Amino acid sequence: AYAYNTPADYKMGLAKLYASFVVAGQSGPGADPDISNLDIGFGIYLRGYWNLQELTTDEAVYSWTEDGTIHPLHWQTWTPTNTFIGALYTRVMLTVAYCNEFIRASAASTNTDVKMYHAEARFIRALAYSHALDLFGNPPFVTEADEPGSFFPKQTTRADLYAYIEKELTEIEEGLGEPKFEYGRADKAALWMLQAKLYLNAKVYSGTERNTECITALNKLLSRNAYTLSTEYRHNFVADNNTSPELIFTINHDAVHTQTYGGMAYIIHGEIGGNMNSADFGVSSGWAQNRVTPEFVAKFPDTSGDSDARAMFHTDGQKLEIDDVGTFTDGYAVTKFTNKTLAGGSAPSGGSIDFVDTDYPMFRLADAYLMYAEAVLRGGAGGSQSTALDYVNAIRTRAFGDDSGNINAGQLTLSFILDERARELYWEGHRRTDLIRYGLLTGGDYLWSWKGNTKAGAPTEAFRNLFPIPAFELAANPTLKQNDGYPGGE
Amino acid sequence: QTVRGKVLSGDDGGALPGVSILEKGTTNGTVTDGEGNFTIVVKDGGTLSFSFVGYATQELQPANQTNLTITLLPDIKALSEIVVVGYGSNQKKDLTGAVVAVKPEDLNKGVVSSPQDMLIGRIAGVQVSTTDGSPGAGATIRIRGSGSISANQEPLIVVDGFPLDANAVTGQSNGLASINPNDIETFTVLKDASATAIYGLRASNGVIIITTKKGKEGKPQIAYNGNFSLSSPMKYVDVLSGDEMRSLTSELLARGDVPGLTAQAAERQGDANTDWQKEIYRKAFTQDHNVSVSGAFKNFPYRVSFGHTNQDGILKTTNFQRNSLNVNLTPEFLDGDLKVSASFKGTHTNQNFGNTGAVGSAVSFDPTQPVYNGSTRWGGFFSWVNPPSATTMDPNGDPISLATSNPVALLMQTDNRASVYRGIGTLQIDYRLKFLPALKLTANGGFDYSSSKGHNNNPTNAAFTYASGIGQLNDYTGENKSKLLDLYANYTKAIGKSNLDVTVGYSYQRFDRDGSSFIRNAAQTIFSDNSLDAEGNPIPRQYISNPNVLISFFGRLNYSFNEKYLVTLSFRDDASSRFSKDNRWVVFPAVGLGWHINKEAFLSGVSALTDLKLRASYGVTGQQDVSNNPYPYLSTYQSSSSTSQYQFGNAFTNTYRPQPYDANLKWETTAQTDIGLDFDFLAGKLSGTIDVYQRKTSNLINSIPIPGGSNFSNVLVTNVGNLENKGIELTLNSTLVKTKNFKWNVGVNAAHNVNKVTKLLKTEDPNYQGVSAGAIGKQQYIQNIQVGYPINSFFVLQQVYNSEGKPVEGLYVDRSGQGGVVSGSDDNKYRLHSPQAQYLLGINSRVNYKQWDFSFSGRASFGNYLYNGIQAGSANYANLYQSIGFFTNMPAAIRNTDFYTYQAFSDYYIENASFFKMDNMSLGYNVKPMLSDKLKARVSLTVQNAFFITKYSGIDPEVSTGIDNNIYPRARVFMLGVNLTY
Repeated sequence: AYAYNTPADYKMGLAKLYASFVVAGQSGPGADPDISNLDIGFGIYLRGYWNLQELTTDEAVYSWTEDGTIHPLHWQTWTPTNTFIGALYTRVMLTVAYCNEFIRASAASTNTDVKMYHAEARFIRALAYSHALDLFGNPPFVTEADEPGSFFPKQTTRADLYAYIEKELTEIEEGLGEPKFEYGRADKAALWMLQAKLYLNAKVYSGTERNTECITALNKLLSRNAYTLSTEYRHNFVADNNTSPELIFTINHDAVHTQTYGGMAYIIHGEIGGNMNSADFGVSSGWAQNRVTPEFVAKFPDTSGDSDARAMFHTDGQKLEIDDVGTFTDGYAVTKFTNKTLAGGSAPSGGSIDFVDTDYPMFRLADAYLMYAEAVLRGGAGGSQSTALDYVNAIRTRAFGDDSGNINAGQLTLSFILDERARELYWEGHRRTDLIRYGLLTGGDYLWSWKGNTKAGAPTEAFRNLFPIPAFELAANPTLKQNDGYPGGE
Repeated sequence: QTVRGKVLSGDDGGALPGVSILEKGTTNGTVTDGEGNFTIVVKDGGTLSFSFVGYATQELQPANQTNLTITLLPDIKALSEIVVVGYGSNQKKDLTGAVVAVKPEDLNKGVVSSPQDMLIGRIAGVQVSTTDGSPGAGATIRIRGSGSISANQEPLIVVDGFPLDANAVTGQSNGLASINPNDIETFTVLKDASATAIYGLRASNGVIIITTKKGKEGKPQIAYNGNFSLSSPMKYVDVLSGDEMRSLTSELLARGDVPGLTAQAAERQGDANTDWQKEIYRKAFTQDHNVSVSGAFKNFPYRVSFGHTNQDGILKTTNFQRNSLNVNLTPEFLDGDLKVSASFKGTHTNQNFGNTGAVGSAVSFDPTQPVYNGSTRWGGFFSWVNPPSATTMDPNGDPISLATSNPVALLMQTDNRASVYRGIGTLQIDYRLKFLPALKLTANGGFDYSSSKGHNNNPTNAAFTYASGIGQLNDYTGENKSKLLDLYANYTKAIGKSNLDVTVGYSYQRFDRDGSSFIRNAAQTIFSDNSLDAEGNPIPRQYISNPNVLISFFGRLNYSFNEKYLVTLSFRDDASSRFSKDNRWVVFPAVGLGWHINKEAFLSGVSALTDLKLRASYGVTGQQDVSNNPYPYLSTYQSSSSTSQYQFGNAFTNTYRPQPYDANLKWETTAQTDIGLDFDFLAGKLSGTIDVYQRKTSNLINSIPIPGGSNFSNVLVTNVGNLENKGIELTLNSTLVKTKNFKWNVGVNAAHNVNKVTKLLKTEDPNYQGVSAGAIGKQQYIQNIQVGYPINSFFVLQQVYNSEGKPVEGLYVDRSGQGGVVSGSDDNKYRLHSPQAQYLLGINSRVNYKQWDFSFSGRASFGNYLYNGIQAGSANYANLYQSIGFFTNMPAAIRNTDFYTYQAFSDYYIENASFFKMDNMSLGYNVKPMLSDKLKARVSLTVQNAFFITKYSGIDPEVSTGIDNNIYPRARVFMLGVNLTY
């Protein structure tokens, strides 16, 4: 029996699918959690996703020891018992299970609203599965055909899962709302972004380049002219970033109504430490956790932000070099995210400043521009080099305040795009996927501080482009096979 | 004729003074003198009756005998004593099961605010342990070890025929606290399956049957019982003083390795020497008054009692008050063929729970800071504030939400109280058929209703509520209802040497729970437990009434042959609404055999042997109380509160979450075998029982990790494993001395139980590390449940020690041989001991000398281990200062380890917590009867928690979870008691 009678009931079921990315459970910030036996903060989707996508790269270094398994993310020495890998894996599969239930419950409805909710639920499931595809490769596979119970879901392969997500996205495109029809809802534009991302990384997932399809999806998005770059870069990362014209799909936070210790609360509290004043960021305290590596800092012309406004660092009292991963003041701190408004005021909700109003920018226009440019450079059809250059320079003009940072066609190379993505999209959860696409996450072609567990950086094994299936999952589901390279895998 | 003689005791052959001698049918009588001699003049043919307390009355017709010697035999009434069992009663000698009946007068006489307290240490294999020292605290009762992992492990408690709801209503810490201990007549503990199987699905953890006092025929008797007591803390956690803290700070500052601890930060320390533990505790006064009137108005026995308890806890502001009314009416009609037993128990309890968070924060709060600093924003209390610069400690600054809260502020700025009304009523009608007197029909109906109302509020100037929205208002209500109807028939028949006693019946019981809660900040802008309606107004959260219904058919056959051979067969066919229709009915059978060996010819010459009975039983019982969810087999949805909404457009939408469920969930099944021997020498001189048992629980309910994507959580409550308890129990009671002026009884009980998990997963997996248990922090568990080990075994790293025997920080034995960071892998952990005692011992004794009496009751527990969480958690130097701006105190034991960082999993912290506790010692004086013997008075002085002996380094070795983490401490209590009967 399902709990839904009216379309309003269905909307509450749908809200859970979105909320699954940001809250711990049914009574924020910590009570009645969805996941048992796990720290309330760790079990939050965005916090886990951010950790795996950022801490494994040159973009972020974390100070606390947490239960001893977070630093191995920097060192690329993680094992199947890693708490943080397990936490996100659990959350991804749980979100899929929630979606399946809603998809079952809403399948037969003829109500127009409910039909759209149904399509959105399939989108959310595809999004969660795209994370599973990217991070774990070969997860168990369950759909609305699998009733909840006590059974062993069958494992899928990365190629099959890729094909499944592609097909799902194609099927639901028409059912989703038009761009910007309601803030926070996944619309056609969100779908095109996910498609573009999937196609851009298709070589990694399926072995085949799909850059043309990437451009096709982006063209659908860009031709609508529904989004524009915000005038100020930082508009996308403030308490009232919902007013930014650039955001395509957000995970919404609110200090009163959506209380969480994960998501943006983690990112904002965690960036504050040393002699930074938490009040300047509109939060109650700093958790003194995340900084950046010197290799990342080096991608900017200078650290002041005077030339490139995206260099949002706090350097006073901080060392550039990281002698000790566990010391917050080793490594420059980041000031990109804040719970103050664009105008510098307090967060609009007026809620407790333990929590934040800042929404998580999962997809935004600058990312679409950069994907477009990359897909064109990678040989995709349907786009042009000159449009690509225009898009990149639009981003850089905003960053530099004028055309002083603009590049010419000759400078528009794949490696430039990778660095530009780092400068533009750092700490937004893209870096690990980007480095893998360029073959730089593992191996010895690109080293940064503490990769491979040495200060100078050391080469790491290629199998670490995929995370392991967590040990507890293998114990609970003996039909699963471990990813290659890890104990139990090939 | 004049009769002369001497009365001797059958116990020891000694003279028996004070024996009453009465010529039957007359008022002519006398008593024996100090040497047991007597002289009496009787009519020819007259009959003399000799009676003395504790001895069987003897009669004889003296025929011109002038030198009589009469030996009075000790009364063996104990064997014919009626013992209440489920749906009926039995003579003790006819029982085949492991059943123990005790009366409160034999039990603990301390500050007993709830019935469980009276059983502490008194019955072999029944471990009763109060949760903590708070007034009105609950207790855990384990009969023959832990029979489950996540299902309810408490025994079923039946009061006057009414099985109580296992869960107390919201707002009451202990459901049984609404039974006034002073009204209890007997406790009967059913331990083995032969005795419990008649309670079927609720019997796996044993059954405790409580009956309350009834009126007796005779003139009205008025009794008053009053206690006045003073409680005080026994021990404090040894922490650093303000001066020690300051000098440690300079020491660590000089070493420079506490992150964030700079000279500037150190200026945040104060110059006070506050002993925070002394600030939060007090000497507390308790008074308890009970008045009862009992008697019979013609054929209408009645008993009415009223009780009032007002108990202050040693933690400031905590208090428990109870007013109770108990009425029992037991009239008989139709020449005794129709018996009615009506009872009503009404209680009103008021509890002030205070803020027990103060217990822990008093241990860790910086002693260099004062209680008050004159803050105008935070009620005058000192609190840690965010540093705009490191040194400033603006009394009115914004509090650091992660910092320790001022313990005194926690107490004084918390208003956490609940009021509970409860009424339990039963009406039992027994009707014996005129034309077939062997058949008795019984109808027993009843209700149990509780209603509670409570709040937990903090004012806006409570700094510790700053993070959650400034001030807190939390109102809640609760309502528990239960209805019962039992219908049964009992048929007894003697055919030659055979005796038959058959009972068959039907039972229906329904439990309903309801409640609501409403939590918001003082500004009424944040509703952390509530959804909002369309207009944005909060809706009080309703805990929907979720009935649990049990329907049963049961039967029992007792057969005895020649009073020598006994057979008991019982069954219960049970259904619980907790399980799906396809999976609901189950039959629980049991068989018990008994053999009075002493009645065999070959022992007939052994007169010292009053009784020797061998018992054996086997039976199956169940446990249906497997989850907090009343319908764990059904799909349900949970709505969110207003703090877990999601924003669509400009509106915030509540969310619906599907809840995990297992459609095939079943009850737990326990098969129990018991072999026992009851013996009694010289009619009570030495009596006792030995039992050996094995309990095997299968279909064990556990919350297990489940495959991703298969359900709506990462864990699911389902049937997975098997568990086994094996043990032996011994009880000895002895009357060492019994003379007119001096009587000395000793009781000893001992139990040994071994608990072992035998299966955990649906699939075999050699790498499975078991289920984590015993949370000690973020994703950190100190206990583990694994096949082959007792449940909740400690799961720890093996500490390495240096040559001086001091633990080496962070150095552990690489047990897996994998190398790398040893502490980073669970493979290096091992299972070490468990919180469960291997051996339990109870001893109690009572000495009566003339008008004086002295009694004590103590118990020992061996092989129980504790994780010293207080020391592990805070005795490390890095804990001294948190870089966000506050200091934390630590136990003085830091000097034993000198650990720098938190070594959560070191086996160093697993301590042997075996103990002996002298639970109470009591001295009483019986004043000589006054007002022509009508007024009797007794005065007593009792010390509860007199002393304990243990090697455990914390303040109290008795922590049932096995994790010592700042529980409300138990107090030492001095009590003056006064009993008056008229």
